[in-house]
Amino acid sequence: MSEHYQLRVNGESRPVNDAWLGESLLYVLRERLGLAGTKNACEQGECGSCSVLIDDVLVCSCLVLAASAMDREISTVESLAPDGDLSDVQRAFVEAGAVQCGFCTPGLIMAVHDLLDQKPSPSDLEVREAISGNLCRCTGYVRIFDAVQRVAAEREE
Amino acid sequence: MLAELAGALRAMNVKVARTLDEACERLAENPEAEVLAGGTDFMVEVNYRHRSPKAVVAISAVREIAGWRLENESGGAGGMGADAGRYGTLWIGANMTYTEMATPAFEGLLPSLTQAARTVGSPQIRNAGTIGGNLGTASPAGDTLPVLAALDAEVLLRSADGSRELALSDFITGPKQTALQQGEIITGVRVPLVAPTDASNDIGRGEFLKVGTRNAMVISVAGLALIARHDIQRVCVGLGSVAAVPVRPTEAEEWISPRLDWQQRSLLDPVDVETFGEMVAQAASPIDDHRSTAVYRRHAVGVMAKRALVRTFGSN
Amino acid sequence: MSQTLTPPRTQAPRVGTSAPRPDGVPKVRGMFAFSSDLWADGMLWGQTLRSPHTRANIRSIDISAALATPGVAAVLLHDDVPGRKIFGLEHPDQPVLAKDEVRYQGEPVAIVAADHPETARKAADAIVVDYEPLTPVCDAEEAITADLLHPDGNIFRSLTIRRGDQAATGEIVIEGTYEVGMQDQAFMGVESGMAMPCEDEGVELYISTQWLHADQQQIAASLDLPDDKVRLTLAGVGGAFGAREDVSLQIHLCMLALYTRRPVKMVYNREESFYGHVHRHPAKIWLRHHATARGEIVKIEGRLLLDGGAYASTSSAVIANATCFANGPYKTPSCEIEGIVVRTNNLPCGAMRGFGAVQACFAHETQMDKLAAAVGCDPVEIRLRNAIAPGDTIITGQEITGTAPVRELIESLSRHPLPPPRQDGGGRQDGGDRQGRQDGRGRAGRQDRQDEGDSASQHTSMADPGGAGRTADRSRIRRGVGYGVGVKNLMFSEGFDDYSTASCLLEGDVATIKCACAEVGQGFVTLSQQIAREVLGVEEVVLAPIDTQIGSAGSSSASRQSWMSGGAVMRACEEVRAKLLAKVAVEHGFAQDDAEDLLECADGRVRSKDGLLDMSLEEAVGDENIFVELEYRHTPTFPLDENGQGNAHVAFIYAAHRATVDVDLDLGLIRVVEVATTQDVGKVLNPLQAYGQIEGGIAQGVGLAVMEEMLLTDGQVRNASFTDYLIPTALDMPEIAIVELIEQPEPGAPFGAKGIGEPPAVSSLPAVAAAVRDATGLDLPRVPIRPQDIALAAEKL
Repeated sequence: MSEHYQLRVNGESRPVNDAWLGESLLYVLRERLGLAGTKNACEQGECGSCSVLIDDVLVCSCLVLAASAMDREISTVESLAPDGDLSDVQRAFVEAGAVQCGFCTPGLIMAVHDLLDQKPSPSDLEVREAISGNLCRCTGYVRIFDAVQRVAAEREE
Repeated sequence: MLAELAGALRAMNVKVARTLDEACERLAENPEAEVLAGGTDFMVEVNYRHRSPKAVVAISAVREIAGWRLENESGGAGGMGADAGRYGTLWIGANMTYTEMATPAFEGLLPSLTQAARTVGSPQIRNAGTIGGNLGTASPAGDTLPVLAALDAEVLLRSADGSRELALSDFITGPKQTALQQGEIITGVRVPLVAPTDASNDIGRGEFLKVGTRNAMVISVAGLALIARHDIQRVCVGLGSVAAVPVRPTEAEEWISPRLDWQQRSLLDPVDVETFGEMVAQAASPIDDHRSTAVYRRHAVGVMAKRALVRTFGSN
Repeated sequence: MSQTLTPPRTQAPRVGTSAPRPDGVPKVRGMFAFSSDLWADGMLWGQTLRSPHTRANIRSIDISAALATPGVAAVLLHDDVPGRKIFGLEHPDQPVLAKDEVRYQGEPVAIVAADHPETARKAADAIVVDYEPLTPVCDAEEAITADLLHPDGNIFRSLTIRRGDQAATGEIVIEGTYEVGMQDQAFMGVESGMAMPCEDEGVELYISTQWLHADQQQIAASLDLPDDKVRLTLAGVGGAFGAREDVSLQIHLCMLALYTRRPVKMVYNREESFYGHVHRHPAKIWLRHHATARGEIVKIEGRLLLDGGAYASTSSAVIANATCFANGPYKTPSCEIEGIVVRTNNLPCGAMRGFGAVQACFAHETQMDKLAAAVGCDPVEIRLRNAIAPGDTIITGQEITGTAPVRELIESLSRHPLPPPRQDGGGRQDGGDRQGRQDGRGRAGRQDRQDEGDSASQHTSMADPGGAGRTADRSRIRRGVGYGVGVKNLMFSEGFDDYSTASCLLEGDVATIKCACAEVGQGFVTLSQQIAREVLGVEEVVLAPIDTQIGSAGSSSASRQSWMSGGAVMRACEEVRAKLLAKVAVEHGFAQDDAEDLLECADGRVRSKDGLLDMSLEEAVGDENIFVELEYRHTPTFPLDENGQGNAHVAFIYAAHRATVDVDLDLGLIRVVEVATTQDVGKVLNPLQAYGQIEGGIAQGVGLAVMEEMLLTDGQVRNASFTDYLIPTALDMPEIAIVELIEQPEPGAPFGAKGIGEPPAVSSLPAVAAAVRDATGLDLPRVPIRPQDIALAAEKL
């Protein structure tokens, strides 16, 4: 028979039932827990669309065996702001025109939050390096860089 | 329906081990169990169905094999030369992530490994992937492997039956093939601490360079580590992605080492540099594949060898 | 407009402002439902079994083990296709599921539905197909004369554009053969969708696509259902770039849903996505330019050979485009240019941003640089001497009746300062008369600041060629500068009945717009709200679901939706306004015929221009909702005749790019430092979205120039993953300088605006290639330029 386990996701304990061994955290978040904000674009850690925080560390959820994340604190894009509100990074993405198709956006927003939590005023090159694992095919990144610097400037104020 | 699914797809069996003993016991109990480290290679294979694990022992929560520490520190004891430097060995836990290898404290000890770690994948991959995983996968393109090869790293293994150590060259037996036995876990690596702390010696400690066709997040087309072993006054070089396993161009090392000034940076003889590059290139046995050509790879390691040597020993 | 200009932050919503995307907030919150995010009670997962062979006969297929797998609900084959067993956007020639033969690696052979994706995959594994491998034809040249690969033949289309004096020649003759590799669109949201069976025996499909109605027709034909029993709704689309113009999993999903009577979801993985959609055609292009001693083009001869892969897709339109624009935006009195697109056993090729113009532009721009060198003038000057202008005639004999600010684009771009030179001096040029390079002053602090962030290195920076690999030796870096100027047609050509349908419902002061225009990220949803606000003066514009409950909007491709669906929305809103004003006129004693002259809709009010009448929209509309639905068409186009002559195109758009690159000569690694651009836009409808289109398009041009290529050996794909099919990361993206968007309103275009999505991907490519040539002195006739192309050749320099 299959096993059952619990995951801690966005501050809540969530049961996972009847899982298959090989399921990634990405799959479990999206298909079992209804948290579809974390996106699936490559399943090999080469695009960053599925970025989440595990114990405050930014990782690709497609490369996390879901059951191995028991007892760890998982945060997804859904946790960034309460309903009806936006985080500063989310708002900046909208205002800066950093969103086109939007598929890479949740992952990028997770990566940018992580960057700015660690480096409040990153240089241009630091921004580029920090989001170099998040592919975007629509924007050419220019408006994303702008969004990051807008938030950095706002937070300095 | 779900019961059928469970029957068809096998029962789940994931153990998150907290201690090495626990991990080793679980592996001993279940010969089908596979070790999961950072997951950055393992899960790609699962997602793309090249691996169908029946049981898994996750080791990333095992604290005993996290971090790094200095061992056998001794002032100049390991040195053959005149440096009153600090030598010894450095133990690196298998669970050390690439991000952790890029911290300033670690960079101060082993800058070439920091450089290699910074070229791995993306920030997300570097946060999850570990040196133990890089060794376990043993890809010819593994980015830390040229550094570990250049340092003659010892790979530390443990199983329910005990521990053993293998030289890297004995551990990696082929492309993605290792001497790891069923039930064994990579617990870490041990490398010599090779640099003096003597401030008067301005020679670099080592370099890592990697060619890829993108400026970030790219698999190595060719990689090269060059370590200045002040303790034995030898330039040690490791090559990646140019053979089935990491390569040591020993002839080139032996030829160039005595020609260098080990006390201070100096103007290198361009002919020596050129010859060194050619000798390193000759030691490679690369192949054509979808990432590059054999000719280019050989050429590239030659160029990188020259540049690494000049960066480490050359003066302006 | 320069790169430092911050786009307007204004939220003012009308045409010409940077109105925010209506889907922006749900997208940043992760709440926007993409086609892969759908879920239904009791749903099954679909899986496709694909051919591992490039070309093979199918002797037999045994599905018994697959069907016996617990959890499997359906295994379907070619014979299970209820209706037409082939599909195709322009010419149906591709089996929904292969029957007797497979013609490319990855061709779908069987489909499975099961209760878990892994069960479905395992069941697909359990299908036993007995293949008899055949020798594939993978070379386009060889395919012309090879045995037929398909009953419809090996040549999808060949055409010749012949014009002027065939005997003409000039003092200068320049020729070259150029190659372009196969590019993938690499959208982020892989193919996915969900089909649900309906009680009326029909099916509902939630899908990411570029053209709902083209899908609908193809699905209905293959299901043997009337169109109205196949109802499509656009689910969130994770980028498109041409790859979603053709059917991929649409028919499969509907077959599985109808067969199992359960909702079925299918999501390709990244590897499958590379097999699951068409790509940009690989091209081999020979051009010979005859010019006067001053470099004025006299005649161009050429031959373009595109590899269309195994099935037709849009190949016949792509080759027409490539051939029509093979001379570029230049006056060309005489020409004889042959275009051929053939069937091979490679992956099928079709639409990708730029659609044939990209391959042609790489060739003609390289020729222009050679011409400049032969004449002894700089690349800017040679382009100015030949620049086409309004009133000129293009090689198909069509007069340019619209705008064509080619000269203005080039002049404006060339006036823009070059980026500052490398501060370490590594960019020093080693002599040679290279195109008017300026000694730019260093920009304040930025470079310094960049290097600060790179503590690991005193020798090299992540901003150097080689990036994170730290390979650069600054003394061996050379800087180069190159130009590219491109042209692309807007909308569908050659007599295609090209239209879009839209409706506008005005209820009180709320307008509801409905249009089946596929929102793929380009921002048509923003634009349609802007247009409704502009025309009706309303604040609130509701966007009705994008589905097949209204007529076709045509494809979100060919830079056509701003014009076509924008035009449809504009007209629908205008007619609603006319009806409203007529009603108000009658009710308030104005002459009904003059209602539009006497009255206006603005700011949520209806006013008379004399100021005597001023009422809210709500009051003006009253209880009588006003509804208009209409079709909008552009001016008709015509087929090309046997000499490739005819008014085949509606309108043209132009752009110019200048790339600055740093190249590591020894390792052949390239860092694109900056791409500066000027673009013909007609009129900017939304500045922020315009910048986004331009920057994103340039990223794709840069990608094709230096890294992007699908690698096939004997038709077998060697890099179907994001590990090995590389697209630019944030560290690869150059600075973008949008120097000027030239606003010359296009006659006949709604608001005078041209569609702007494609030109950035057309001429950025040759600009980057030219810059690398400038840096290295090498010919580099092929893109993408690989490290070995430079490093191994440069050894001999």
